[in-house]
Parts: sequence; structure tokens; C-alpha cells
Amino acid sequence: MALKTKNIGGGRSAGKQASGHLERRAAVIALLGDTDDNDLLFVTGLAGSRSDVLEAVGADCKRVYPLSGAMGAATSMALGLALAQPDKRVICVTGDGELLMNVGTLATISILNPPNLAILCVDNEHYGETGFQRSHTGLGVDLARIAEGCGIQAVRTVIDEADFDEAGKLLRSGNGAGFVLLKVGVSDPPGVARNRDAVLNKAWFREAVLGKA
Amino acid sequence: MARDWPNELYDQLKAGGVSQFAYVPDAGHQILIDRSLADPDVHSVALTTEEEGVALLAGAHLGGAKGVLLMQSSGVGNCINFISLMKGGNFPFLTLVSMRGDFGEGNSWQIPMGQATKPVLEAMGVTCLAVESAPDVAPVVEAAMTMAYQSQMCIAVLLTQRLIGAKSFA
Repeated sequence: MALKTKNIGGGRSAGKQASGHLERRAAVIALLGDTDDNDLLFVTGLAGSRSDVLEAVGADCKRVYPLSGAMGAATSMALGLALAQPDKRVICVTGDGELLMNVGTLATISILNPPNLAILCVDNEHYGETGFQRSHTGLGVDLARIAEGCGIQAVRTVIDEADFDEAGKLLRSGNGAGFVLLKVGVSDPPGVARNRDAVLNKAWFREAVLGKA
Repeated sequence: MARDWPNELYDQLKAGGVSQFAYVPDAGHQILIDRSLADPDVHSVALTTEEEGVALLAGAHLGGAKGVLLMQSSGVGNCINFISLMKGGNFPFLTLVSMRGDFGEGNSWQIPMGQATKPVLEAMGVTCLAVESAPDVAPVVEAAMTMAYQSQMCIAVLLTQRLIGAKSFA
């Protein structure tokens, strides 16, 4: 399918273009669907994916651990969590820039193949947080093919709303590790405010998952 | 602890509740790695680079599990920025580091990172506990587990080449 490249939104992303056309915030919210489920846990990368998830689940939701640093850590963190909590569903939402930083984690996840872990990579082909410089994925690198090459069995690329239903199911259920590459246009939706204190967020998360200490 | 300290060390970690063993393959940790691979009660996580293991252990703690990162001193250099996550979030961090580039090293390529291992870990706020003899392994690891898992410290147990021996390049 030929997609018309168009720019969405202004701000820091003004004038930047990507191959995707979906609006990231709305697409993430639609893909995650109903997040009001105590058995559904989230780890997010920093910046854009962090705010996408916080808007989807609510800025005060304790079942999300949002990173504001340690770029590249989200997927490995989600793996450790998924192994520790096999009865919960863990969804890692990250960006193309962050995943490129530690793409080997896809290999690590593949060989363990935890049935309760899925990764959603929001691919706007740019490093939004640092000023929307073009990333490798806008220059021919396909993270979905890398995921497949790593051996992840359930891989989907979302380019259109018609893909939401199947990809959403992959994120929410599955019998092995799942990977969804969400191709989006370049936009800079508002950040969602939440306390960035890593200790506080850890305590909230552990209380939600493990109960009061 | 006797000559069979690696096997006793594995039993000690498991008895201490460790259920995630993360590693990049390494001769110095071979017995721990092989034991974890053969143990259906634990997750044996082969990493592509050591820093993945740091984040993995943070995720394990979010889910109420204990993990340990097994790496060679050269891998320490691959981890440094991710230790920000452990320090910033007061996550328990326990790593066992098999040393190269120290006592009796014969491969000069190992020297820079081996010599820098302790200073760079300490610069990131990781407390280093060195083990130089087999009888010290158990008490040091016991202290390390308590400091990491109860006091939420970042602890590196350095298994020195006095303990594990220097690889021969003769």
C-alpha cells in the first residue's frame, strides 16, 4: 500500500516527514484499548512513548513504570518484569530511537519467548526528544524485519487503522512474545505531566502489583 | 568454602531467593551459568550485552523477583549509564564480576577495563566487595545479598584473579 507522507502537527516537529501517516497519540490509545485491567502492566520508554501511554492509561495509573532516562532500558526492564510476573500481561511501549539503541534485546526476548510480553514500538522515524533528527528507520531500517530476524514469531506492522484490530489483539494476548511496529507520522503532542521520581514510581508500581509492603 | 565454591555459590544465591540469572557467556561464571540453564526453577537469561541485564534486574524487582547479573569486568564498561536507573530508583542491584586485567593478567587488551572496573563502578555509586580467596566467597556474597536486596544498594562482588586464576597466554 502506498502511503502518502504528510506532516502532522507543528511545534518542534514542524516540517519533518515520515513514511507513516497515523497520529501517534490516537493510534497508541486505540491499540492499547481498554487498559482498566489490574493484570495489565506497562513499561514505557522516555519522551513520546511515555506520554502516549500515560494519556492512554491515565497519568496517575500505578501499573505503568515510565522511564525518563536510561534510554534503551525499557524492553529489558519489561522482560525482567514479565519473567517475574508470569500471570500478568506486560506491554512495553518504546520508540524507534530507543529500540535502536538496544536492538539486541529483541534477540534476548526471542530466545526466552515469554508468552506474557509484547512490545509496541512507536516509529516516527525521528528522535523527537532531541529535536526531531531523522532516525535510521527513516533511512531504510525496518525494526519489524529485525524482530523477525531475531526469531520473534508474532510480528505485525501497523500502517493503517485497518491493522489496529489484529495488532491490538497481539498486544493483549498471545502465546509467545509479540512485537508491533506502529508506523506514525511526525507530530509532537503535548507531554503528560507525572512525577518523574524513579523511587516514587517504583513504590507505586510495586504496590499495584505486589500489594502494600 | 572449599574448592567447589562455584557450585556452593549457586546454591547460596538460589537459597537467597535469586530467580533470574542474567549473563553474557563467560568462562569465569561457567558453572553458575550452566547450573542456571539446567535449573527449571529459575530463569537463565542470555544477554547480548551486559547493560540489558541491569535493566532486566530493575524489571525483576518491579515484579517482586530477585536477580543477579553475571559478567566479566570488560562488561562493566557496557553497563555504566544504565546504573543511573538503579541508583535513581533505589533498585537493588547485585552483580558478580569475574575479573580480568588484574592479578597476573597476560593479555594486555584486558588491562584498561580491568584496572578501571572498580573506579568506574564506584564513580556510579556501586559498592565493590572484592573476593580473593575461596573461603571468603560465601560470607561476602551473603553480605552482598543483604545489602542489595534489603538495603536496596548497588553491589558488585569482584571475583578477583587471585580467586579464579589468570588465563594462560603462554
